[in-house]
Amino acid sequence: MESKFYEKDKLLVFKITEEIDDFSVQMIRRKADYEIERYMPKRVVFDFDSVTFMDSAGIGLIIGRYKFANMLGGKLEVTNLTNSVKKIFEMSGILKLIPITNL
Amino acid sequence: MNEHFDNEMKLEFVSKSVNEAFARISIAAFASQLDPTIEELSDIKTAVSEAVTNCIIHGYENSLGIVKIVAKLKGKEITIEISDEGKGIENIDIAKEPLYTTKPDLERSGMGFTIMENFMDSMKVESIVGLGTKVTMTKIIKEQIKKDEDEMKEFINC
Repeated sequence: MESKFYEKDKLLVFKITEEIDDFSVQMIRRKADYEIERYMPKRVVFDFDSVTFMDSAGIGLIIGRYKFANMLGGKLEVTNLTNSVKKIFEMSGILKLIPITNL
Repeated sequence: MNEHFDNEMKLEFVSKSVNEAFARISIAAFASQLDPTIEELSDIKTAVSEAVTNCIIHGYENSLGIVKIVAKLKGKEITIEISDEGKGIENIDIAKEPLYTTKPDLERSGMGFTIMENFMDSMKVESIVGLGTKVTMTKIIKEQIKKDEDEMKEFINC
């Protein structure tokens, strides 16, 4: 996972580059929480453009980061959802809570 | 090999979450004999990943055990059985409900069985408390002729 913080907009972008399952989320979660705490962003965006596989671990990952960012005064958004990622997010209903954005 | 099937494979591995990718990629490679679309293959990989995750996190609760997968092909249908010899499920109906999870602390979404049911054509759960759990799923791969016809129609319309 790559991350970039834009100081001017207080925007933190995570570009996930690995397959998302119960194994990989452990590392993604640790890194994301560390950086959210470090930068205290107003906006956190997860970019799924390079995600070739995701199972339900991705739902827990996004809900967990949504709560964590909210707690620290930030908003969470997702972008570049592939068809299979979108299918899983839609099934869980989290897109009613988390907006899809364009960067 | 049981002669009722065209092909069959078995896979056993230790219940470590690093093996989830190995399991879904192996089954996808076996299923590719049926000429699935990328979407059909993606559905199978996701369902396998959910079932294997359940064995590791819930069946064995992250202690070490063996996860077994048997996959069978017949005609255009793949049957996948994924089993563990872990703690078992007390109430399968409750476990299958969307958003139900016994492990919210691990950020589990409770969507595993819902995804398996939606992504496959059938799904059955058998479990005995203290002995283990077996999930049996099937998926019917659409005929290649139909896919070709669809592609041809699209091509002609262009």
